[in-house]
Amino acid sequence: MKRKTQRMIFVGAGLAILAIAGALAFFAMGDNVRFFYSPGDLRKMTSPPDVSFHLGGLVKPGSVHKDNEMVMRFVLTDGASDVPVVFDQTAHGLVPDLFAEGQGAVAEGRMGADGTFVATRVLAKHDEKYMPPEVADALKRSGEWQRGAPQ
Amino acid sequence: MSGWHRFANPTRFSRLSARILPWALALTIVLFAAGLYLALVGSPPDARQKDTVRIMYIHVPAAWMALSTYVLMAIFSGMGFIWKHPLADIAAKNCAPVGAGFTLLALITGALWGAPMWGTWWEWGDARLTSFLILFFLYLGYIALWQVFEDPEKAARAAAILALVGLINIPVIHFSVQWWNTLHQPASVFRRGGPTIDPAMLWPLFIMLAAFEAYFVSVLLLRIRAEVAEWRVRALQMMQAEA
Repeated sequence: MKRKTQRMIFVGAGLAILAIAGALAFFAMGDNVRFFYSPGDLRKMTSPPDVSFHLGGLVKPGSVHKDNEMVMRFVLTDGASDVPVVFDQTAHGLVPDLFAEGQGAVAEGRMGADGTFVATRVLAKHDEKYMPPEVADALKRSGEWQRGAPQ
Repeated sequence: MSGWHRFANPTRFSRLSARILPWALALTIVLFAAGLYLALVGSPPDARQKDTVRIMYIHVPAAWMALSTYVLMAIFSGMGFIWKHPLADIAAKNCAPVGAGFTLLALITGALWGAPMWGTWWEWGDARLTSFLILFFLYLGYIALWQVFEDPEKAARAAAILALVGLINIPVIHFSVQWWNTLHQPASVFRRGGPTIDPAMLWPLFIMLAAFEAYFVSVLLLRIRAEVAEWRVRALQMMQAEA
Protein backbone atom coordinates (compact mmCIF):
# COMPACT_ATOMS: atom_id res chain seq x y z
CA MET A 1 0.00 0.00 0.00
CA LYS A 2 1.28 3.43 -0.86
CA ARG A 3 2.12 5.80 1.96
CA LYS A 4 -0.32 8.33 0.54
CA THR A 5 -3.19 5.83 0.70
CA GLN A 6 -2.21 4.90 4.25
CA ARG A 7 -2.36 8.53 5.32
CA MET A 8 -5.70 8.95 3.58
CA ILE A 9 -7.11 5.97 5.49
CA PHE A 10 -5.60 7.37 8.71
CA VAL A 11 -7.36 10.72 8.24
CA GLY A 12 -10.64 9.09 7.19
CA ALA A 13 -10.67 6.64 10.10
CA GLY A 14 -9.61 9.39 12.50
CA LEU A 15 -12.47 11.64 11.45
CA ALA A 16 -14.96 8.73 11.68
CA ILE A 17 -13.81 7.85 15.20
CA LEU A 18 -13.94 11.52 16.15
CA ALA A 19 -17.51 11.79 14.88
CA ILE A 20 -18.54 8.72 16.89
CA ALA A 21 -16.80 10.05 20.02
CA GLY A 22 -18.50 13.39 19.50
CA ALA A 23 -21.91 11.79 19.13
CA LEU A 24 -21.38 9.69 22.29
CA ALA A 25 -20.29 12.78 24.23
CA PHE A 26 -23.32 14.64 22.89
CA PHE A 27 -25.77 12.00 24.09
CA ALA A 28 -23.98 11.66 27.44
CA MET A 29 -24.17 15.41 28.06
CA GLY A 30 -27.77 15.60 26.97
CA ASP A 31 -29.75 18.07 29.01
CA ASN A 32 -26.84 19.13 31.21
CA VAL A 33 -25.81 21.74 28.66
CA ARG A 34 -28.99 23.76 29.19
CA PHE A 35 -28.53 27.40 30.07
CA PHE A 36 -31.84 27.60 31.89
CA TYR A 37 -34.75 25.48 33.10
CA SER A 38 -38.20 26.23 31.77
CA PRO A 39 -41.21 26.43 34.09
CA GLY A 40 -42.25 23.05 32.64
CA ASP A 41 -38.86 21.47 33.49
CA LEU A 42 -39.29 22.75 37.02
CA ARG A 43 -42.73 21.21 37.39
CA LYS A 44 -41.44 17.81 36.29
CA MET A 45 -38.88 17.80 39.12
CA THR A 46 -39.84 16.30 42.47
CA SER A 47 -38.19 19.26 44.20
CA PRO A 48 -36.55 22.37 42.73
CA PRO A 49 -32.73 22.52 42.74
CA ASP A 50 -31.29 23.52 46.10
CA VAL A 51 -28.74 25.77 44.43
CA SER A 52 -28.97 28.95 42.42
CA PHE A 53 -30.09 28.20 38.86
CA HIS A 54 -31.41 29.88 35.72
CA LEU A 55 -35.12 29.96 35.00
CA GLY A 56 -36.10 31.03 31.51
CA GLY A 57 -39.34 31.70 29.67
CA LEU A 58 -41.57 34.40 28.32
CA VAL A 59 -42.55 37.26 30.60
CA LYS A 60 -46.30 36.67 30.78
CA PRO A 61 -48.19 39.62 29.27
CA GLY A 62 -49.88 41.66 32.01
CA SER A 63 -47.89 40.01 34.80
CA VAL A 64 -45.27 42.70 35.46
CA HIS A 65 -45.99 44.90 38.45
CA LYS A 66 -44.03 46.61 41.17
CA ASP A 67 -44.43 46.22 44.93
CA ASN A 68 -42.69 49.56 45.26
CA GLU A 69 -40.20 51.65 43.34
CA MET A 70 -37.64 48.87 43.17
CA VAL A 71 -39.17 45.48 43.94
CA MET A 72 -40.61 43.97 40.81
CA ARG A 73 -42.81 40.93 40.27
CA PHE A 74 -43.56 39.07 37.06
CA VAL A 75 -44.47 35.61 35.83
CA LEU A 76 -42.26 33.48 33.59
CA THR A 77 -44.22 31.10 31.40
CA ASP A 78 -43.57 28.46 28.75
CA GLY A 79 -47.19 28.46 27.71
CA ALA A 80 -48.11 25.42 29.80
CA SER A 81 -46.59 26.23 33.20
CA ASP A 82 -46.11 29.50 35.06
CA VAL A 83 -43.62 30.48 37.77
CA PRO A 84 -43.98 33.77 39.67
CA VAL A 85 -40.71 35.68 40.07
CA VAL A 86 -39.74 38.44 42.48
CA PHE A 87 -36.71 40.65 41.79
CA ASP A 88 -35.31 43.30 44.10
CA GLN A 89 -33.63 45.85 41.86
CA THR A 90 -32.18 47.78 44.82
CA ALA A 91 -29.91 44.89 45.68
CA HIS A 92 -29.24 43.47 42.21
CA GLY A 93 -29.43 46.23 39.60
CA LEU A 94 -32.05 47.13 37.04
CA VAL A 95 -33.53 44.76 34.49
CA PRO A 96 -32.06 45.21 30.96
CA ASP A 97 -33.86 47.55 28.53
CA LEU A 98 -34.98 44.59 26.41
CA PHE A 99 -36.92 43.15 29.36
CA ALA A 100 -40.59 43.39 28.36
CA GLU A 101 -43.89 41.58 28.62
CA GLY A 102 -44.30 38.93 25.95
CA GLN A 103 -40.53 38.67 25.48
CA GLY A 104 -38.00 36.11 26.63
CA ALA A 105 -36.12 36.54 29.90
CA VAL A 106 -33.82 34.44 32.07
CA ALA A 107 -33.82 34.88 35.84
CA GLU A 108 -31.07 33.58 38.10
CA GLY A 109 -31.85 32.73 41.69
CA ARG A 110 -33.50 30.18 43.98
CA MET A 111 -36.96 28.81 44.47
CA GLY A 112 -38.59 30.32 47.56
CA ALA A 113 -40.63 28.22 50.02
CA ASP A 114 -43.88 29.81 48.79
CA GLY A 115 -43.24 28.78 45.18
CA THR A 116 -42.01 32.22 44.13
CA PHE A 117 -38.65 32.33 42.37
CA VAL A 118 -36.40 34.83 44.15
CA ALA A 119 -34.18 36.30 41.43
CA THR A 120 -30.75 37.77 42.07
CA ARG A 121 -30.26 38.65 38.43
CA VAL A 122 -32.52 39.09 35.41
CA LEU A 123 -31.27 38.82 31.82
CA ALA A 124 -33.28 39.61 28.70
CA LYS A 125 -33.35 37.26 25.74
CA HIS A 126 -33.57 38.41 22.16
CA ASP A 127 -35.23 36.21 19.55
CA GLU A 128 -34.02 35.60 15.99
CA LYS A 129 -36.32 38.26 14.51
CA TYR A 130 -34.86 41.55 13.33
CA MET A 131 -37.09 44.23 11.82
CA PRO A 132 -37.39 48.02 11.53
CA PRO A 133 -39.87 49.75 13.90
CA GLU A 134 -42.34 50.45 11.05
CA VAL A 135 -42.56 46.76 10.19
CA ALA A 136 -43.08 45.85 13.84
CA ASP A 137 -45.85 48.46 14.13
CA ALA A 138 -47.52 47.20 10.95
CA LEU A 139 -47.42 43.63 12.27
CA LYS A 140 -48.90 44.74 15.59
CA ARG A 141 -51.69 46.65 13.82
CA SER A 142 -52.59 43.70 11.61
CA GLY A 143 -52.54 41.41 14.65
CA GLU A 144 -49.84 39.23 13.13
CA TRP A 145 -47.24 40.15 15.72
CA GLN A 146 -45.93 36.83 16.90
CA ARG A 147 -44.47 36.53 20.33
CA GLY A 148 -41.09 34.85 20.23
CA ALA A 149 -41.35 31.37 21.66
CA PRO A 150 -38.83 30.56 24.38
CA GLN A 151 -35.88 28.68 22.94
CA MET B 1 15.48 17.21 -0.97
CA SER B 2 16.56 20.27 -2.92
CA GLY B 3 14.56 23.42 -2.34
CA TRP B 4 13.57 24.33 -5.84
CA HIS B 5 11.42 21.58 -7.26
CA ARG B 6 9.34 21.52 -4.09
CA PHE B 7 8.30 25.04 -4.96
CA ALA B 8 7.50 24.49 -8.60
CA ASN B 9 3.85 24.84 -7.75
CA PRO B 10 4.32 27.86 -5.50
CA THR B 11 5.79 29.60 -8.56
CA ARG B 12 2.53 29.04 -10.36
CA PHE B 13 0.67 30.14 -7.23
CA SER B 14 2.69 33.36 -7.13
CA ARG B 15 1.79 34.19 -10.70
CA LEU B 16 -1.91 33.42 -10.21
CA SER B 17 -2.21 35.22 -6.86
CA ALA B 18 -0.49 38.31 -8.29
CA ARG B 19 -3.30 38.50 -10.80
CA ILE B 20 -6.09 37.99 -8.21
CA LEU B 21 -4.72 40.27 -5.49
CA PRO B 22 -5.42 43.73 -6.97
CA TRP B 23 -9.04 42.72 -7.59
CA ALA B 24 -9.48 41.25 -4.14
CA LEU B 25 -8.00 44.36 -2.51
CA ALA B 26 -10.16 46.69 -4.61
CA LEU B 27 -13.26 44.63 -3.78
CA THR B 28 -12.38 44.75 -0.08
CA ILE B 29 -12.23 48.54 -0.10
CA VAL B 30 -15.39 49.04 -2.19
CA LEU B 31 -17.45 46.45 -0.30
CA PHE B 32 -16.39 47.72 3.12
CA ALA B 33 -17.15 51.31 2.12
CA ALA B 34 -20.63 50.36 0.87
CA GLY B 35 -21.28 47.81 3.63
CA LEU B 36 -20.23 50.03 6.52
CA TYR B 37 -22.25 52.95 5.15
CA LEU B 38 -25.38 50.78 4.82
CA ALA B 39 -24.80 49.11 8.20
CA LEU B 40 -24.11 52.26 10.21
CA VAL B 41 -26.18 54.88 8.38
CA GLY B 42 -28.30 53.51 5.54
CA SER B 43 -30.17 50.72 7.34
CA PRO B 44 -33.09 51.14 9.74
CA PRO B 45 -32.75 50.66 13.51
CA ASP B 46 -34.31 47.49 14.96
CA ALA B 47 -37.74 47.69 16.59
CA ARG B 48 -36.44 46.40 19.94
CA GLN B 49 -32.67 46.82 19.84
CA LYS B 50 -32.74 50.33 18.29
CA ASP B 51 -29.28 51.30 17.02
CA THR B 52 -27.51 48.54 18.95
CA VAL B 53 -28.52 46.22 16.10
CA ARG B 54 -25.71 47.79 14.05
CA ILE B 55 -23.17 45.71 15.98
CA MET B 56 -24.73 42.70 14.23
CA TYR B 57 -23.27 43.81 10.86
CA ILE B 58 -19.78 43.22 12.24
CA HIS B 59 -20.52 40.41 14.68
CA VAL B 60 -22.37 38.03 12.37
CA PRO B 61 -19.96 38.18 9.37
CA ALA B 62 -17.00 37.89 11.78
CA ALA B 63 -18.55 34.79 13.35
CA TRP B 64 -19.33 33.20 9.96
CA MET B 65 -15.78 33.92 8.79
CA ALA B 66 -14.36 32.47 12.01
CA LEU B 67 -16.16 29.19 11.27
CA SER B 68 -15.52 29.03 7.51
CA THR B 69 -11.85 29.94 7.94
CA TYR B 70 -11.50 27.08 10.40
CA VAL B 71 -13.09 24.62 7.96
CA LEU B 72 -10.79 25.86 5.19
CA MET B 73 -7.79 25.54 7.50
CA ALA B 74 -8.78 21.94 8.28
CA ILE B 75 -9.20 21.14 4.56
CA PHE B 76 -5.75 22.57 3.75
CA SER B 77 -4.35 20.68 6.75
CA GLY B 78 -5.85 17.41 5.51
CA MET B 79 -4.46 18.01 2.01
CA GLY B 80 -1.03 18.81 3.41
CA PHE B 81 -1.15 15.77 5.66
CA ILE B 82 -2.14 13.29 2.95
CA TRP B 83 -0.29 14.63 -0.10
CA LYS B 84 2.63 16.25 1.73
CA HIS B 85 2.12 19.37 -0.31
CA PRO B 86 4.05 22.27 1.27
CA LEU B 87 1.81 24.90 -0.28
CA ALA B 88 -1.23 23.35 1.42
CA ASP B 89 0.63 23.42 4.74
CA ILE B 90 1.56 27.06 4.24
CA ALA B 91 -2.03 27.92 3.33
CA ALA B 92 -3.37 26.16 6.44
CA LYS B 93 -0.76 27.83 8.65
CA ASN B 94 -1.70 31.28 7.36
CA CYS B 95 -5.43 30.76 7.78
CA ALA B 96 -4.94 30.52 11.54
CA PRO B 97 -4.01 34.09 12.56
CA VAL B 98 -6.71 35.53 10.30
CA GLY B 99 -9.31 33.11 11.66
CA ALA B 100 -8.23 33.83 15.23
CA GLY B 101 -8.72 37.52 14.48
CA PHE B 102 -12.26 36.92 13.19
CA THR B 103 -13.03 34.81 16.27
CA LEU B 104 -11.76 37.49 18.65
CA LEU B 105 -13.73 40.15 16.77
CA ALA B 106 -16.92 38.06 17.05
CA LEU B 107 -16.31 37.46 20.77
CA ILE B 108 -15.67 41.15 21.49
CA THR B 109 -18.59 42.49 19.43
CA GLY B 110 -20.80 39.81 20.97
CA ALA B 111 -19.87 41.00 24.46
CA LEU B 112 -20.45 44.63 23.45
CA TRP B 113 -23.92 43.68 22.20
CA GLY B 114 -24.70 41.41 25.14
CA ALA B 115 -23.97 43.98 27.82
CA PRO B 116 -26.76 46.43 26.85
CA MET B 117 -29.18 43.84 25.37
CA TRP B 118 -28.97 40.74 27.58
CA GLY B 119 -27.63 42.57 30.60
CA THR B 120 -24.40 40.54 30.62
CA TRP B 121 -21.06 40.58 28.82
CA TRP B 122 -20.46 36.88 29.10
CA GLU B 123 -22.23 33.78 30.40
CA TRP B 124 -20.17 30.65 31.02
CA GLY B 125 -23.16 28.32 31.00
CA ASP B 126 -24.19 29.26 27.47
CA ALA B 127 -23.31 26.56 24.92
CA ARG B 128 -22.87 28.97 21.99
CA LEU B 129 -20.60 31.34 23.89
CA THR B 130 -18.49 28.60 25.41
CA SER B 131 -18.06 26.60 22.18
CA PHE B 132 -17.05 29.78 20.39
CA LEU B 133 -14.41 30.53 23.02
CA ILE B 134 -13.09 26.98 22.47
CA LEU B 135 -12.78 27.83 18.76
CA PHE B 136 -10.54 30.76 19.73
CA PHE B 137 -8.36 28.46 21.85
CA LEU B 138 -8.18 25.92 19.00
CA TYR B 139 -6.81 28.64 16.73
CA LEU B 140 -4.28 29.70 19.40
CA GLY B 141 -3.26 26.08 20.01
CA TYR B 142 -2.82 25.54 16.28
CA ILE B 143 -0.61 28.65 15.98
CA ALA B 144 1.40 27.55 19.02
CA LEU B 145 1.95 24.04 17.61
CA TRP B 146 3.63 25.48 14.53
CA GLN B 147 6.09 27.27 16.83
CA VAL B 148 6.92 24.20 18.89
CA PHE B 149 8.66 22.17 16.19
CA GLU B 150 11.91 23.17 14.53
CA ASP B 151 11.21 20.93 11.53
CA PRO B 152 8.38 22.44 9.44
CA GLU B 153 7.27 18.99 8.23
CA LYS B 154 6.77 17.77 11.79
CA ALA B 155 5.09 21.02 12.77
CA ALA B 156 2.72 20.77 9.79
CA ARG B 157 1.81 17.17 10.71
CA ALA B 158 1.13 17.95 14.38
CA ALA B 159 -0.81 21.12 13.58
CA ALA B 160 -2.84 19.32 10.90
CA ILE B 161 -3.97 16.68 13.39
CA LEU B 162 -5.08 19.38 15.84
CA ALA B 163 -6.95 21.23 13.07
CA LEU B 164 -8.75 18.03 12.00
CA VAL B 165 -9.65 17.00 15.57
CA GLY B 166 -10.94 20.51 16.26
CA LEU B 167 -13.37 20.18 13.33
CA ILE B 168 -15.79 18.48 15.75
CA ASN B 169 -16.34 21.86 17.39
CA ILE B 170 -17.75 23.43 14.20
CA PRO B 171 -21.11 21.60 14.12
CA VAL B 172 -21.29 22.02 17.89
CA ILE B 173 -21.03 25.80 17.50
CA HIS B 174 -23.52 25.87 14.64
CA PHE B 175 -26.16 23.66 16.25
CA SER B 176 -25.59 24.70 19.89
CA VAL B 177 -28.53 27.10 19.70
CA GLN B 178 -30.81 24.30 18.45
CA TRP B 179 -29.61 21.35 20.51
CA TRP B 180 -29.61 23.10 23.86
CA ASN B 181 -31.43 26.05 25.30
CA THR B 182 -29.12 29.04 25.29
CA LEU B 183 -29.14 32.73 26.05
CA HIS B 184 -27.87 33.28 22.50
CA GLN B 185 -30.63 33.62 19.94
CA PRO B 186 -31.08 30.90 17.27
CA ALA B 187 -29.94 31.38 13.66
CA SER B 188 -31.70 34.16 11.75
CA VAL B 189 -30.36 33.70 8.24
CA PHE B 190 -29.33 30.11 7.47
CA ARG B 191 -32.36 28.39 8.90
CA ARG B 192 -35.23 26.29 7.65
CA GLY B 193 -38.16 28.50 6.65
CA GLY B 194 -35.92 31.32 5.42
CA PRO B 195 -34.34 34.33 7.11
CA THR B 196 -36.14 36.15 9.92
CA ILE B 197 -34.24 39.36 9.26
CA ASP B 198 -36.03 42.13 7.42
CA PRO B 199 -34.66 42.57 3.84
CA ALA B 200 -33.66 46.16 4.70
CA MET B 201 -31.20 44.65 7.20
CA LEU B 202 -30.36 41.44 5.34
CA TRP B 203 -28.82 43.17 2.31
CA PRO B 204 -26.34 45.27 4.28
CA LEU B 205 -25.47 42.10 6.21
CA PHE B 206 -24.69 40.19 2.99
CA ILE B 207 -22.59 43.07 1.65
CA MET B 208 -20.63 43.09 4.89
CA LEU B 209 -20.14 39.32 4.57
CA ALA B 210 -18.83 39.79 1.01
CA ALA B 211 -16.49 42.51 2.31
CA PHE B 212 -15.15 40.16 4.99
CA GLU B 213 -14.69 37.42 2.36
CA ALA B 214 -12.77 39.76 0.03
CA TYR B 215 -10.64 40.90 2.95
CA PHE B 216 -9.94 37.28 3.88
CA VAL B 217 -8.89 36.33 0.35
CA SER B 218 -6.62 39.40 0.12
CA VAL B 219 -4.93 38.84 3.46
CA LEU B 220 -4.54 35.09 2.98
CA LEU B 221 -2.95 35.52 -0.47
CA LEU B 222 -0.63 38.25 0.83
CA ARG B 223 0.44 36.09 3.77
CA ILE B 224 1.07 33.00 1.64
CA ARG B 225 3.03 35.05 -0.92
CA ALA B 226 5.17 36.50 1.85
CA GLU B 227 5.89 33.05 3.26
CA VAL B 228 6.66 31.53 -0.15
CA ALA B 229 9.03 34.44 -0.85
CA GLU B 230 10.70 33.81 2.49
CA TRP B 231 11.23 30.14 1.60
CA ARG B 232 12.68 31.12 -1.76
CA VAL B 233 15.16 33.50 -0.17
CA ARG B 234 16.22 30.77 2.21
CA ALA B 235 16.58 28.25 -0.63
CA LEU B 236 18.67 30.71 -2.63
CA GLN B 237 20.89 31.38 0.38
CA MET B 238 21.37 27.61 0.80
CA MET B 239 22.33 27.24 -2.86
CA GLN B 240 24.81 30.08 -2.59
CA ALA B 241 26.30 28.61 0.54
CA GLU B 242 26.73 25.26 -1.21
CA ALA B 243 28.26 26.80 -4.32
